[in-house]
Order: sequence, then C-alpha cells, then structure tokens
Amino acid sequence: MTWIATRLRRLAPQLIALALVVVAITLIAPGFAHVTFQNGRLYGSPMDVLVRAAPVALLSIGMTLVIATKGIDLSVGATIAITGAVAASMVAAGHPLAVVILAALGVGLLCGVWNGLLVGLIDIQPIIATLILMVAGRGIAQLITEGVILTFNRPAFAFLGSGAFLGVPMPVILWVLTGLAIGLLVRVSALGLLIEAVGINRRASMMIGIRARFLIVFVYAAAGLCAAIAGLIVTADIKGADANNAGLWLELDAILAVVIGGTALSGGRFSISASLIGALIIQALNTGILISGWPPEFNLIIKAVVIIVILALQSPVVANSLAAAARVRADLKEPRRSRT
Amino acid sequence: MTREALLESRGISKSFFGIRALANVDFEVRAGEIHALLGENGAGKSTLVKILTGAYRRDAGTIALEGRPVSPRDVGEAQDLGIGTVYQEVNLLENLTVAENLYLGRQPRRFGLIDRRRMEREAKALLAGYGLHLDVGESLSHYSVAVRQIIAIARAADLSGKVLFLDEPTASLDAREVDLVFGILRELRSRGLGIVIITHFLDQVYAIADRVTVLRNGERVGCRAIADLPKRDLIGMMLGRELDEETHHRAEISAEAAHAPAPIRFRDFGKRGSVAPFDLDARPGEVVGIAGLLGSGRSETAFLLFGIDRADSGHLEIDGREVPLASPPEAVKLGFGFCPEDRKTDGIIADLSVRENIILALQARRGWAKPLSPREQAEIARKYIRALDIRPPVAERPIKFLSGGNQQKVILARWLATDPRFLILDEPTRGIDIGAHAEIIRLIEQLCAEGMALVVISSELEELVAYSHRVVVLSDRRHVRELRGAEISTQSIMAAMAADPEESAA
Repeated sequence: MTWIATRLRRLAPQLIALALVVVAITLIAPGFAHVTFQNGRLYGSPMDVLVRAAPVALLSIGMTLVIATKGIDLSVGATIAITGAVAASMVAAGHPLAVVILAALGVGLLCGVWNGLLVGLIDIQPIIATLILMVAGRGIAQLITEGVILTFNRPAFAFLGSGAFLGVPMPVILWVLTGLAIGLLVRVSALGLLIEAVGINRRASMMIGIRARFLIVFVYAAAGLCAAIAGLIVTADIKGADANNAGLWLELDAILAVVIGGTALSGGRFSISASLIGALIIQALNTGILISGWPPEFNLIIKAVVIIVILALQSPVVANSLAAAARVRADLKEPRRSRT
Repeated sequence: MTREALLESRGISKSFFGIRALANVDFEVRAGEIHALLGENGAGKSTLVKILTGAYRRDAGTIALEGRPVSPRDVGEAQDLGIGTVYQEVNLLENLTVAENLYLGRQPRRFGLIDRRRMEREAKALLAGYGLHLDVGESLSHYSVAVRQIIAIARAADLSGKVLFLDEPTASLDAREVDLVFGILRELRSRGLGIVIITHFLDQVYAIADRVTVLRNGERVGCRAIADLPKRDLIGMMLGRELDEETHHRAEISAEAAHAPAPIRFRDFGKRGSVAPFDLDARPGEVVGIAGLLGSGRSETAFLLFGIDRADSGHLEIDGREVPLASPPEAVKLGFGFCPEDRKTDGIIADLSVRENIILALQARRGWAKPLSPREQAEIARKYIRALDIRPPVAERPIKFLSGGNQQKVILARWLATDPRFLILDEPTRGIDIGAHAEIIRLIEQLCAEGMALVVISSELEELVAYSHRVVVLSDRRHVRELRGAEISTQSIMAAMAADPEESAA
C-alpha cells in the first residue's frame, strides 16, 4: 500500500498535468471525451490520442533508460526509418510475417548496440555518437528503399498499425506491453538500480564493481529495440516506408516526454511510467489543438507554451519560490507563528 | 628581522559554513625571496592563497603590501596592486598565439585597433628577458607544458610585478623542465619579486626555496629558513609529530602466522608513471598501514591493489595461485573491497538512499539478474545501520544528506555487506568528526580481530602506529621501507619518509 502511495506521489505532477490538459481541451471542444464502440473496436478522440502517441511513447521508454545513464539518443527517429524500410522491403518481397518482424527488431537492436558501443566502449559523447546514426540512418533507409516510397498491401502486417484486439487498437497494446515488459525487467531485476547508480556517479559505480559499459550498451540497445517496434507500427499504419519522413524529429518529442516525466537530463532516478504519461500529454496537446479548430499555425506555439508551464512547475527554483509564497501567506494568516 | 616584509598578513581567519578553514594565521613574504607554503591536504594552503590574492574575503586579520594595508576585493584588484597568481592548471588559451596570451585583455592599440606588430615585438622582448627565444606568433598549443608554464609566469609577473603565487608550478613537468622553470623563478627573485610556491615535492623546496611556512589544520605551525631545517623536522612540522615520542604500537601477529606464506601476495606490482613495482603481502588478522606524504603514491598504490589502474608489471597470487586483476569487478569477485579517499567523487552515489548505497557492491557482485529482494535489502541496511551506528538511522534517506562520518560508515557497510577477505581503506578518517573517527578506528581493529586482511592508508601517523602490524612507507612513488612490530613509531615512519629514496632502495 505504501508502494502505491509512493508511486502515486512520484507520478502526481504528470497525472495532474495530463488531467488539466484533458479538461482544458474538453472545455474548448466538448466532443473530445466521447468514446464509442463500433465494428469491434473503440473509437473517439481519447483513443486517437492513445494510438497516435504510440511512436513517441515507445521511443520514450528506451530514451528514459538512456537519459538515466546521463546519455541521450538522437538516432531513434532515424532507426524508425531504417527498421520501417527493412520491414516494408521484406513485406514487399513476400517474406513471412514472423521473419519480417524478427528482422526489423534485430536491425533496431543492432542500431542500438552500435550506439552503445560508441558511447560505452569508445567513450564518445552520447550526443555526438548518436548524431552519427541520426544523420547516416536516413541514408541507410534510402538505400534499402532504393530512394522511393515503398508501399505494400499485406493486411496481416497492416493489422499491427490499424487492427484491434479485444476492441483495443494494436499500437496501444504494443506500447503498453513494451512499457510493462521493459519496466518490469529493469525493476524486478537489479538493472534499474545499477543504471541509476551509473547515471548519478559513473566513477564511483565503476569502483564498486558495477559493469558500467555493459549497462550503457544495454540501454542503447533497449532504445534501438523500442524504435524498431515504433518503426513497425508506423510502417504498418501507412502501409509503406518513407525513408525521408518516417519518425522525423520524433527523437525530440521522446526526449521531451522523458523530461516532462521528471527524469533529469543529468541522469539518475528515472520513471518509465512518468515518461509514458509525458508522451500522452504531448499527444493530447497535438490532438486537442487539432480538433479545437484553431488555425494550425498556432499548434506549435500553444504546445510550446503549455510545455514551458509544465517544465517550470517542475523546476526546483519555481517550487521553492511557490513554497516561500505559501509560507508568507500562512504567516499573514497567523502572524504569531511568523518565522521571522 | 633583517629585511622588510613585502606582503605581510596577520591573524587571518576564515570559516566556511561554520567550519574553520584558517585560524589566526600570520604569513609574510619578503622582496627577493622564494617562499614555500607547505601542508598536507586540508591544511588551509589554498584558502590562504585565495584570501591573499583576492579570490576569497577574509573573516578577520590584516594584509599589508609594502607597509600599506590592502584589501583586494577580487583577483583583478589584487593584480592591479601587484599580487599575481599562476594556477596549477595553466590558465592560458591554447588556440591563441604566445603574444596574444601574454597581452590578452591589454593588447597595445593603435587607432583603436590592436597593434599586432608592437605586441609581438614587446612579447619577444619580454620573453628574451628570461632567456627564452620563441616565435611569439605561433599558437600556444605548439609549445610544451613547461614553456606554457613559463609564459603563464611571465604574464603574471609582467601584470603584477610584486608578489607572485604559484600553485604546484612543477606538478606535470619532468626534471629538465623543472630546472627551466626554476631558472625563471631565480631570475624573478633577483629582480626583487616575492615568490610564494605551493608544492608537495620536498626535494624541490630544498632546491629553490629560501624560507618555508608550514600550515596544519588551518593553523600556522611555523616559518623557518630552509637552510637550517633538516628534512625530517620539516616533515614533522607538516604532520605535527615534532616531539611525539609515544610508541603504543601493536604486537606483531604470531610468529608462525607471520612466516607462513601470505594468502594474498602482490609481487612486483607496479605501473609506469604511477608507482614503482612493489611487493605486498596481506594476511588474515593483520593490518598493513601505508604511510607517505601527499603525492608519494599512496592512493595510486590502492588503485593498483583494487584493479582500478591496471598494473603493467608483476602479478597477484591468491592462496598460491596466480590470478588476474584488471578491473574492480575482478577485485570484487576475489573478495576485495575498497573505500576510496575522495568520498564525494569516488565513494557515494549521492542521490541514492542509504539502503541502496549499502547493498550496491553486493548487488554488483551478484550481477543484475540476481536482485536482492526488497526484504533482503531492508534487512542488510538495518543490520549495518545498527552495527555501525549510522545516523540518522533512516534507510531511505538519500546519502547526500548525511554527515561525512556517516557517509564513510555507509561506504564501509557497503563493503562489509560483501563479506570481503581483503579490505583497502584510503584515508578512512579524513574529514570526519571526532566521534565517528574513534568509531572507525575501533571498527578497523574489530575487523582485523575477526580475521580480515586490511590495508589502511592514512596521513595520521599516530593512527597508523596504533593499529598497524606492519607499516609500508612510500616516498617519491616508491615503497621505500617496511616497518614491523616494535620498529613502528611515528619517529621511524618519518625517518623513512625523509630518507633519500635512492639510498633506502639500494
């Protein structure tokens, strides 16, 4: 029970922010909260948010672990393009679905391991190390698709993007399951604690006998794997691979989701569930602004303002001055207990 | 007093957050002398220098330059008064030319533009005055560390021309380069500057300094002319054991145990540029003390013993078998533990709780796939919080909120939880309060009595004498002497430190 209480306290700022965003959108566009059940699946704007959040949510799972080690992974958007290209070309070539999925996941893992080796073994700064694949990745994807937008028609594969299981759209199932699987893996084993230790103080961790290099390769590999799942969803959704635009700039949304989730870029303590809520906040804003009927030019600016507010509320500087203001107010009410 | 003091400070005191760094310290430099400022870590050397050069404000005391009271508010003001500083990490810009570095921020101008030609001419002349002929238009990165050091000194002397503070000016130089820099310092001395050097190379102090001031624990121990101060007395001043004749050493461990081959034997262990090859035996129930001045290779020895630095010579035998030791995980697997000297950067994981900090080494040894259950973790934490009296006894508090002494106990608990057979402690009692100090020494003795093999590095000689069965003395990055049983005393340790390394190694 205390476990649930501490979890809730950790997630409170993100949950409150999400609730406020949803309430605000519902006030502006009353139809937002409407969910219906048709043709064996759920429909409505909230479902739309959950589905469209899938790529960023998946990326933010791996990104959380990477950022917890004081790293960053700029290449995950490009990894989506690579794995999407691999999947689309193999589907088009008529390979069995299981082989396609395993190949795409394998390629994503490989991309992650590559980053992990650059950062963990060769000690290249994460931002530079992953910039390499971010730039090169789209070229690799174009080589795979031979420079065209590869399309295919295979309903079984498209099911990953647009199908539903027990009424729940597949992308939602995939990101929730991935989040649960990786979250449980790092928290039930000692990986989570060791990753946090390395992120807080790598030198001291090394002197304790923690194998920091292994952990660093692991987190980038996990990020690559998450990007591969996102790549499969994106490709299945549009029934094709667009090497230039698939996953474009999504790494930045994923970093934002992690930061909204309260995991510091300076590494250490992390929460995958908070990052997932962060991804939902970002997508709720996107969808909300879209259905509110404002001109699309406003979208990015409104999003920026809301995010600044959320981040400012998390900043210790603001928290301290809010606490100070609360104290002053309390003192005004009860002058005898004044601290001065 | 034969000569007037150039820079004279009286009764300087300074505290940080209620912790005293300097208490009532007098310090003076005369014109035309090289004055060494010595003391072990935490003695207050850098605090004093920062106050005299304007980087810190003093809490009390007076400073007079050429008889007039001064109070530099920042480094720039001190510079204008004539008090310059050259820091250990040379603060020059490598991508600029030599001339630009010499005149940065005060370049000669003509019509509002930098007069490059005049600047280079003046730079050339300035360096020629020190017998240094360089292409001043070449970028600084082109030149060796020694030349950069000289350029930094030349710039500081040109800027401030009265008193010059040099922090470890020779730390990264080889013997020939040291001579080069010393030549420059002698030249400046002959021009009438007062020069203060901070260094931990005592041989260099004897080579160049005229007088020496020793600080210890924020107080001035004394100021003496170097010519009539034997090295042993100087070490005594630094370590504070001048008249101490006490010898309450421990008996040697039983004769047969001492002569049986040790279960943990380091043979010819060493690393070029770190510590010369040495032998070290560790036996259960025995404390091996390691003594040496700052920079003598104490911590470097510990890093080799724990596999943090990889030895490039020698090997390790455990129970008669040769085993590899190339990384901390390997050391942990062998049952070694290591409490580092620098608790903040090498020891604690600041944001993690006391519980997590305690179980971390054990968890690292088990591997990530075999997690300690929350119940086991809580139990281990509770056990060691009680056994070592860690305060406050709150397992979930982040370790960064604990006092230094309690952080040290948590790090000890971290290793005790792994049930080590060999524990290396580097300065286990530095920077912690008296109460925790005594507890940690009691703990060392208790662990030893329970049959653990320990190596303890300490600059507190009395402490070493009290609990060591053997003491290895380091000097100039070599293990110069091993003292055992009745031989161990603060006197004999200091004598071994002062001995000429070539002599004792022979």
